[in-house]
Amino acid sequence: MDRPESAPSGQPGDRPSVPEQRANGDPYLRVRDLRVRFDTTDGVVRAVDGVSFAVERGRTLGIVGESGSGKSVTSLAVLGLHDARRATITGEIFLGGRQLVGLPEEEVRQLRGRDMAMIFQDPLSALHPYYTVGKQIAEAYRVHHPRAGKREARQRAVDMLGRVGIPQPARRFDQHPHEFSGGMRQRAMIAMALVNDPDLLIADEPTTALDVTVQAQILDLLADLQAEFHSAIIMITHDLGVVSQVADDVLVMYGGRAVEHGSVEQVLRRPQHPYTWGLLSSVPSLHGDADADLVPIRGNPPSLINLPSGCAFHPRCRYADRNGDRSRTEVPALSPTGEAGHLVACHLAAEERVRLYREEIAHVGVAR
Amino acid sequence: MSASQVDEAREAGSTAEAEPLLRVRGLSKHFPVRSGLRGRHLVRAVDGLDFDVRPGQTLGLVGESGCGKTTTGRMLVRLLEPTSGSIEFDGRDITHAGRRELRPLRQDLQIIFQDPYASLNPRHTVGRIIAMPLQVNGIKPPGGVKARVRELLETVGLNPEHYNRYPHEFSGGQRQRIGIARALALRPKLVVADEPVSALDVSIQAQVINLLRDLQRDLGLAFVFIAHDLAVVRHFCQRVAVMYLGKVVEIGDRADIYERPQHPYTRALLSAIPDVTKLGPAGRIRLAGDVPTPLDPPSGCRFRTRCWKARDICATEEPALVPRDGGRQATACHFPESGPVGAETGGPVDVTVEEVSK
Repeated sequence: MDRPESAPSGQPGDRPSVPEQRANGDPYLRVRDLRVRFDTTDGVVRAVDGVSFAVERGRTLGIVGESGSGKSVTSLAVLGLHDARRATITGEIFLGGRQLVGLPEEEVRQLRGRDMAMIFQDPLSALHPYYTVGKQIAEAYRVHHPRAGKREARQRAVDMLGRVGIPQPARRFDQHPHEFSGGMRQRAMIAMALVNDPDLLIADEPTTALDVTVQAQILDLLADLQAEFHSAIIMITHDLGVVSQVADDVLVMYGGRAVEHGSVEQVLRRPQHPYTWGLLSSVPSLHGDADADLVPIRGNPPSLINLPSGCAFHPRCRYADRNGDRSRTEVPALSPTGEAGHLVACHLAAEERVRLYREEIAHVGVAR
Repeated sequence: MSASQVDEAREAGSTAEAEPLLRVRGLSKHFPVRSGLRGRHLVRAVDGLDFDVRPGQTLGLVGESGCGKTTTGRMLVRLLEPTSGSIEFDGRDITHAGRRELRPLRQDLQIIFQDPYASLNPRHTVGRIIAMPLQVNGIKPPGGVKARVRELLETVGLNPEHYNRYPHEFSGGQRQRIGIARALALRPKLVVADEPVSALDVSIQAQVINLLRDLQRDLGLAFVFIAHDLAVVRHFCQRVAVMYLGKVVEIGDRADIYERPQHPYTRALLSAIPDVTKLGPAGRIRLAGDVPTPLDPPSGCRFRTRCWKARDICATEEPALVPRDGGRQATACHFPESGPVGAETGGPVDVTVEEVSK
């Protein structure tokens, strides 16, 4: 709350200068040992089971995983959007130095939309169909700027619509969501998310529902806005191509746990977890031998309600047998690989992982 | 099917002389829509398509939303009535064939849907779902229906003992396999697959693509494979047609489309795909804006409003889909590109929406 209130003009440039913020060296968001548990009639679902990561301002963390990996639950926990009656959240979520876990709902609400904001996959369900697009953006501004007048909020909303590349923003302000195309709606939602200059932006599959040419525009736009506002971004996606394009760091999730974490270079170029290998070799590529078979991961993603014992990936892992019973009985810890910042949760010995990747994986899949 | 038959089918697919299994000429579908006070309008969802599919060949129809690819697929299996043009299947004109005329053809012509959740009846067992096409067509396979169902389940990589289970007991990838088994039940010659893998997780996508490839190879099936994902299409199709706003803008063999595309739109599509093999911001061609509405498509070349090469002629004269260099690649463009990907003339463009609006 000690953040300086934006000047009446509400221009993005009013924020404290960037080097100042980075000088203390602490990442803007630090999540440690986050656990999200749902008690259901079918049993306890550990949707997120001990995940840790950090995002600095101006950097992008890509969270990758398939359905049921816990990637969206993680982001909703950061935003405090889980129903406290149904979800049990433990661990630490430090946003700009404040612990969010256990914070009263009202205080989290103050932070949400102002210090952190979210872009959803489907803008049509995130925007209210009854109100004009501009009104919704202006309201998002006034909630956090109670002293701002109607005219000021309108001006701010029009500025943001223009900033995200919507032509004729003053006219578009008065239109309803259904009058916008898919790409324009996604831009409008980005404008709404950014209207209060949040320091953290969480984008959950923001381009999955869009066409590729529009996806390219939106990814460019996010990169431009990040360069301008210096916000921290968490990009949640299943698309490794998107990750390779936007992320600085990558967290790969499987069955509610982190299985690999490191820089984009480390995770996509020198991956050490068999699941990451599987993802990379199952992606069809625009290069290489089009007639070669893809190398899929066998089996299906696990159900969180009935997670395999030990390493959750072991029933699908080609190398699970190399460690006797360990894969089935012991959950592998996320441990350093030896390369700074690169962590992996796998029972295989480090040298063996490096050798397997070089000999069996690197030449297939995207590396084809 | 014996090995020689497979070879025959494969050969037939590769030789240019083979009679097309499917011949589409001038195919169009216009939907009337009411719009406010102005009365009725026509959405030209598909507007004059020409293409052939030979036995055992795979044709990919790619394009963004609203390009008419799904409408085309539905017309091919006659779930939609074409407005004009013709569809010839196996030498017979089926453009306006009635229910009775279609029935024998349905065996040869099947469709796989995108959504493995919506396309299976939740109240029927998997066995019943897969046996349905046999029953409807009054076919009694040697050995009985149950044996054929088990065989089909095995073909698509499912446990044959699971024929008594219900769709909800299966994962998304397995459900798609059930849809594939149902399509194969009548031993079709041509399968229209409408986005068969886009609802699936990445690791499952690869499983289903490999399965379809195996089936295509082993059974000599011809496919019309509809998808928005060009990378997926590249791994499955020998021939590719790129659609934009109801028209084919470019058609050619896989190598031509992916390595030497001539239409600016094809190049833009390819360069827009985020590529795992490249780290950091990528892509040189950025198209401005969204696809225009098919309710009021641009005059002349429909792509001109987003094209960096557009000149006056593009607004007045619609480019025809003409073969170039005497080859098998045809492009509908007044100013086609030549040379490999990345060597565009007039590019690179980096026009943003704001600039266009000025």
